[in-house]
Amino acid sequence: MPDAEPSLQDAHVELKDISKSFGGTRALEGVSLTVGRGSIHALVGENGAGKSTLGKIIAGALTPDSGQLLLDGEPVRFHSPRDAIARGVILIAQELAIVPSLTVEQNVFLGVEPRQAGFQQRRELRRRYRELAASVGFELDGDAKAGSLRTADQQKVEILRALSRNAQLIVMDEPTAALSRPDVEALHAVIRQLAGSGTTVVLVSHFLGEVLELAGEVTILRDGRVVQTVPAAGQTEESLMAAMLGRSLDATFPAKHPAAADAPVVLSVRDLVAPGVAGVSFELRAGEILGLAGLVGAGRSEVARAIYRANRVAAGTVSVVSDGKQLTVTGTPRTALRFGLAMIPESRKEQGLLLDRPVTENVTLSSLVQVSRAGMVRRGPERRRVRDMLTRVDVRGASPNAPAATLSGGNQQKLLFGRSLLRDPRVLIADEPTRGVDVGAKRAIYELLASLTGGGLGVLLISSDVEEILGLAHRVLVMRGGRVAAELTGDGVTEAAILGAAFGTTERGA
Amino acid sequence: MSQPQAATQAGTIRVPRSEFLDKAREGGIIYPFILLFIVLAVWKGSTFYGKTNLLEILDQQSATLIIAAAGTMVLIAGGIDLSVGATYALCQVIAMKIAISGNPVAAILVGVIIGLAVGAANGVITTFFRINSLIATLATSFVITGGAALITGGNLITNFSATGFANFARTQFLDVTTAAWTMIGVVIILGVVLSRSIAGRYMYAAGSNAEASRLAGVRVQWIKLVTFAISGGAAALGGIIDSARVLSASSSNGGTALTFTVLAGIVVGGTSILGGEGAIWRTVIGVLFIAMIGNGFTLLGWNPLYEQITLGIILLLAVGGDAWSRLRTT
Repeated sequence: MPDAEPSLQDAHVELKDISKSFGGTRALEGVSLTVGRGSIHALVGENGAGKSTLGKIIAGALTPDSGQLLLDGEPVRFHSPRDAIARGVILIAQELAIVPSLTVEQNVFLGVEPRQAGFQQRRELRRRYRELAASVGFELDGDAKAGSLRTADQQKVEILRALSRNAQLIVMDEPTAALSRPDVEALHAVIRQLAGSGTTVVLVSHFLGEVLELAGEVTILRDGRVVQTVPAAGQTEESLMAAMLGRSLDATFPAKHPAAADAPVVLSVRDLVAPGVAGVSFELRAGEILGLAGLVGAGRSEVARAIYRANRVAAGTVSVVSDGKQLTVTGTPRTALRFGLAMIPESRKEQGLLLDRPVTENVTLSSLVQVSRAGMVRRGPERRRVRDMLTRVDVRGASPNAPAATLSGGNQQKLLFGRSLLRDPRVLIADEPTRGVDVGAKRAIYELLASLTGGGLGVLLISSDVEEILGLAHRVLVMRGGRVAAELTGDGVTEAAILGAAFGTTERGA
Repeated sequence: MSQPQAATQAGTIRVPRSEFLDKAREGGIIYPFILLFIVLAVWKGSTFYGKTNLLEILDQQSATLIIAAAGTMVLIAGGIDLSVGATYALCQVIAMKIAISGNPVAAILVGVIIGLAVGAANGVITTFFRINSLIATLATSFVITGGAALITGGNLITNFSATGFANFARTQFLDVTTAAWTMIGVVIILGVVLSRSIAGRYMYAAGSNAEASRLAGVRVQWIKLVTFAISGGAAALGGIIDSARVLSASSSNGGTALTFTVLAGIVVGGTSILGGEGAIWRTVIGVLFIAMIGNGFTLLGWNPLYEQITLGIILLLAVGGDAWSRLRTT
């Protein structure tokens, strides 16, 4: 590890007995911890455990109700992120805050552009950008529009921006949640480099492997309290998870029951050509979970969207087999649904949910006809169906009248499962169904997927989490450059094989 | 299903919301409405709360309420219709022309059908040609106004002998004018459609998240088009009612003043200009609230110029209050 052993005597930030409530909900209670200067300190816990809240308090985005925050041994009270930035503390939130229409360098120096008499000095801006980028070894075109960059590079823009403000402490909230494997590696290198050069990093993360790899110390939170702060060295993913959950997890994934080789084909895709898809063919059988792996940008979501007719299809056929009849899917998502296809889209907030609308309306949106007569929605049958479905997909403790936005990420994702399942589909496409979801909800979704295939549903599972693909899929297609680079079955489904095919280091599949 | 306990715990944790603010936002305009009613009732007594005055307000607001109820649907589905004032004028001019030369029923029917067609055209422009509805309907409003002026040659059309046409607005049933009865019918129908029908659900869905709705199988374009068509039809009906009441029509009636009054009523009622949220009952309260302010100014003999200023401030408070509560609760 490039970073020097953080000397714990040199505390950068100290939290003493911090508590924070939102309305009636206690988010944090009596939290105390010390973050050493130049260290990487991870905060882990389930969604709702309080780790993001804690990160925001450190960075001044939230003010604690009680307790003390010491910066360099001196009590401070941040009233806004601005206060914190003035003291060299910067938050990089999960939702990136870049201006897509501005260039990289303009984004980096947004608000602090070198200027003279009110005019931007572009040459000076460029010089400073090059200097800054070189100092951390980022190769990022300063002239590129920030909106055209991949998420990983947008993240670099945020990091550079933080550094341009002389950040000494950066709080990163789930920095790798939306990244593909090589981008994650790149970002990890950046984080190590930051720590090596004396910047303190507070890392809020769901990915325990990442935490163990990067952090010097780990603080485990559960229900707003600190369970323990321990050196990462002695920990394993299992031990961290056990501490987060307060008990040990025996197995993360439900048992696999692969579909029989002679199970009927439910979805057949032939030579599909669409935006980002350059000729893809495969078949999906009843009861099968087919994993679609690959790097971000390899065309996985694009295949899903083309099958579901969310994107225009240039060539090729998609057919669904229902009651022995082969039906060619045409038209729009509306008609795809009618053919027995359902899709849980990649971004639940942008493509999935009506955040301001009640849970009920979110669940029945695709199947209102089933609960209507003469075009009028019958509230009673609707309520019953929603209640049954919420039980089935295991959404507990949420009022059917509450806006979807008030639910946890896991429950939001389950609402989308509920919406799809009300249509009783033959084929379910699940695009990143566990992104940004806590450990408990992930398990619930895994079990749901496993139980659905038991009922003969064919599932096309897209995931950037290789573990997830390994743990759930019966068969795996690895995509690269809009094509299927490899098909892996049985014992051939290994992390090495998936990554090899995704990166193109092995040309043939198993 | 064997579920980890932790899942339930995580499941019950919600984004914090202030209950008080939620309630205040839920009730919204209704509290100021009741307060203003009581103030005027105490101040002016039966001059205000007497049947004559209240029914007069209702009759006067018929057209505005019809148009605003339809406009609520447009806003909820994520659009905005700035052409209602122009459509109002065009259709009353056409209806009056027909009424002069013949059948009043044909006048009303043709007027409303043309309104629906104009609205549908707005819908096609904003959905299938993907032109922002604010700009699209602003543009069409010029076209429509111009068309109306061509028909009238810029003159006021009157026909004081067309009593059959006048009956459409002026007939009284149980002391309430047919204009008000028509309004009540239209508002109830639109209200039920919006809150209870599949189409209404789709309107909310389209305005709340168009892409998510499309992926969920909602025909977003179509439903938006329908709201614009309804808005055009409502503008026509409103225009015809008002011209039947006074037996005159002009291409300069309605216009931007009406458009803005309608929008003000909708927004003061609490329907979000961002789409996905609102209700027709809110709009009814909002429109009547504004009407009551006007009525109060008249009864108290205050300078009507202050009425405009008051209205502007109320509008700002309504929008600002909504934005503020969103900021606090989400």
